[in-house]
Amino acid sequence: MKLPPVEYEAPTTVAEAIDLLAEQLDEASVLAGGQSLIPLLALRLARPEVLIDINGLDELSGISATDDWVAIGAMTREYVAEESGVVADAVPLLAAALPLIGHEAIRSRGTIGGSLAHADPAAELPAVARALDAEFVVRGPSGERVIPAAQWFEGYLTTARSPDELLTEVRFPAAGRGTGVSFAEVARRHGDFAIVGLAVSLVLSGEVISDARLAFAGVSDVPVRATAAEDLLVGERPSAELFDEAARRATEDLDPPADLHGSSDYRKTVAAAIVRRGLRAAAANARKRQ
Amino acid sequence: MDITLRVNGATREGSPEARKTLADFLRDDLDLTGTHLGCEHGVCGACTVILDGRAVRSCLMLAVQAAGHEVTTIEGLASDGGLGPLQQAMWDSHSFQCGFCTPGFVMQATAFLSDHPDAGEQQIREALSGNICRCTGYQSIIEGVLLAAERNRER
Repeated sequence: MKLPPVEYEAPTTVAEAIDLLAEQLDEASVLAGGQSLIPLLALRLARPEVLIDINGLDELSGISATDDWVAIGAMTREYVAEESGVVADAVPLLAAALPLIGHEAIRSRGTIGGSLAHADPAAELPAVARALDAEFVVRGPSGERVIPAAQWFEGYLTTARSPDELLTEVRFPAAGRGTGVSFAEVARRHGDFAIVGLAVSLVLSGEVISDARLAFAGVSDVPVRATAAEDLLVGERPSAELFDEAARRATEDLDPPADLHGSSDYRKTVAAAIVRRGLRAAAANARKRQ
Repeated sequence: MDITLRVNGATREGSPEARKTLADFLRDDLDLTGTHLGCEHGVCGACTVILDGRAVRSCLMLAVQAAGHEVTTIEGLASDGGLGPLQQAMWDSHSFQCGFCTPGFVMQATAFLSDHPDAGEQQIREALSGNICRCTGYQSIIEGVLLAAERNRER
């Protein structure tokens, strides 16, 4: 369908964008890469009165690294992050997830901040951010605040960002030695939304798992950490039996949604399978990076 | 809103409404009807064009956002009134039946091959996985793109 009539603003500075957001509040939608918002408009699932297009805010694009963090500007295109050597070295889980997002043409326009602010629980980036405890930097009329991933995702397509705030940057902790990662997902076609997805990051210290992070996509209205499985894994040596038990613990309390792609039970079965698969892949990857 | 952009090497101007997608602007305002619209919400890939060297879905972008950018559509691929090399390879491989999805496949494959001239079948399949064809069963499309890649390497 054609888009409904909508006002359009194209600010050229973050300050101008925040002023516009403060004026419009709930009537405005922020237009970043548009790969989720434009379909929502076409399908009449979103009816903002005004679009605030932040594609002109060059200050929001770019990737920078310190020893501990990689900071990615909210308007950084997904393909740019996908091709970034900094991301590949320091945030390998993000690098593993990026090629799975949509299709090539979607990643040409789609942005890191856009996907995370849209907060689709079936998407890859929210699971990555939740697994790694990323931090979200938002700016509003009263200044800047930093929101941890555990608080960012509040519900289906809902985040802790206030209507007068703009997501400006997302910070991912840099992976240390012995970190192995995997983004496992089952989808109907390459590039489709995952029926279930799983972000895994393991740290191997010698032969023992010293840190384990697992976050599901597609099993709830927000990305979900598998804390019971994480607690089991830490301090243990990787083994098939351990990963079987982790899969059981990770999925026993899940109650995934059902839709035409799969029933709730099917999703739960797939979730357990990708826990085993993801842990095996992450452990193998960790051994290479020691 | 008044906009100026480059389309297929020429400077073009227009005054689209904010809500008009780049796809509709190309088709209705610039009469470039080679860009096709299937689903109009970013799923089918028929409207794929090349923006500043990268494949994008022209239904997921507003025309006003293309101001100042360089757009290539299917009409921009023909050389000297004949078919471009990828188009010729797809012709030779019978890579289409009804032809509705073809411009999207051609633009996506053009962008992909220019970045990955040595791509093999698996990579080409992945690169084209976002484009839907309801006639061919895809095999002949993959064959056409592979043939184009092969011919490019031989030249």
